[in-house]
Amino acid sequence: MIARAGFGLYGLSLLVLVLLWHIAAVLAESRALPPPLEVLAVLAEALASGELLYHLAVTLARVAASFLLAMAFGVAIGIALGRSQLLDRIFDGWLVLFLNLPALVTIILCYVWFGLIEAAAIAAVAINKIPNVVVTVREGARALDPSYLEMARSFRLSRWRILRYVVLPQLVPFVVAAARSGLALIWKIVLVVELLGRSNGVGFQLSVFFGLFDVAAILAYTLAFVAVVQVIELAGLQPLERRVNRWRR
Amino acid sequence: MAPLGRLEIEVAEKRYPARDASGPRSVLEDLRLGVSRGEFLCILGPSGCGKTTLLNLIAGLDRDFEGRVGWQGAASAPRIGYVFQEPRLLPWLTVMQNVELVLGERGAEEGEAGAADPAFLEHLLEVAGLAEFRDAYPQRLSLGLARRAALVRAFAVKPDLLLMDEPFVSLDRPTAERLRRLLVGIWSERPTTVIFVTHSLGEALQLADRIVQLSASPASVVADLQVPLPRAARGDRAAMARLRDELLRDRPLLGGEAE
Repeated sequence: MIARAGFGLYGLSLLVLVLLWHIAAVLAESRALPPPLEVLAVLAEALASGELLYHLAVTLARVAASFLLAMAFGVAIGIALGRSQLLDRIFDGWLVLFLNLPALVTIILCYVWFGLIEAAAIAAVAINKIPNVVVTVREGARALDPSYLEMARSFRLSRWRILRYVVLPQLVPFVVAAARSGLALIWKIVLVVELLGRSNGVGFQLSVFFGLFDVAAILAYTLAFVAVVQVIELAGLQPLERRVNRWRR
Repeated sequence: MAPLGRLEIEVAEKRYPARDASGPRSVLEDLRLGVSRGEFLCILGPSGCGKTTLLNLIAGLDRDFEGRVGWQGAASAPRIGYVFQEPRLLPWLTVMQNVELVLGERGAEEGEAGAADPAFLEHLLEVAGLAEFRDAYPQRLSLGLARRAALVRAFAVKPDLLLMDEPFVSLDRPTAERLRRLLVGIWSERPTTVIFVTHSLGEALQLADRIVQLSASPASVVADLQVPLPRAARGDRAAMARLRDELLRDRPLLGGEAE
């Protein structure tokens, strides 16, 4: 996180970036690079009409659905592979394959096989992310402290309690790491999925603006999108991380 | 539940798989041990002789051995409380949550009136001096306090069998002494079968009804004696020292390594 003292520098450096952008735009004098103020005007207009918020909301919903799906499957598979050497040996090859599968291939195949439907879009994004989650969580599951498991077994805790109170808390740092990098990846893939086969969402809008060669609108949507991602990171993930780590000193 | 009879332990052999060229290593061999109900038994033995392994067999944590561990007349699995060498409190749960974790479901599953017993739990925390630390996370506790919490956790389940694996090592003398008194205090209120592993004859004499000495690995029982001093007389340091010296004269093995 940015320390309070560093915050001024942080803001200043962003301001310099905007200034450079403005100078470049003035010099270029082209539709391909509108100046910041023009982009801001487009942004305000899109906000006022409600269009931007609608497409942002649709994209957010897709991100949330595929994120939850990927985390649930990824954590479950990661624990299984981390705890069972046999499963790990059997499925390691699959994992390597899926890790190296380009996102675009998964998306195209999902649309071809299941049609241009919502479920196919969300599944494609989740499938892209699951292998990363598995690899991270598997590391954590391999490193579980056997002494806590012994304690739990000697007091005859049920499997559910062992999972909930002994295993999962040890995996928290790994799950948080997977969630962090996961969100960063999923944002981007969702846009591609929308561009290829959906008729709403930020990705779809970008493809429309691309067709119209409307760079100002593309930049306006991009800025809005980046801002939302940052807010979710600051207001969602970081407080969550602090909460689950409050027992640490 | 029918009252449990004696605990019978018979280990023909327990070995660990080969780690190097020397082949599998036998840790326990031909070890027979009976423990009466309500008896406080101390197991003495040189370090590395397999005392912890034996406790894990008794606890059912390790079933990969030849032999059997069983209770005469046991209808259901006995409740076990285990105090490990390190406190093994879950660091993400408070002291209270750590204790409640091992309690909760017993009461729920078996519907036993005595299982989750808030008054008893309060009493244990009070006696152990942990009442004010109930909401503290284990990492904020000193080792002595964490050990107390582990002790409370083990007693809170009202165990039929309490297993203790050198629970007071690496504490300074006065703290270890206080904890031993605490243990005897709680145990006297509700006597239960205890198997307490230690390498200190002094500690064993202070706590035990009966002391069993194990040989070096592969371990078996080489000495088995009742502590001749009644509990009430064990506060007398001189008498304890005399007893210790007498025992050591007859059975130098009991001393183990120098303390």
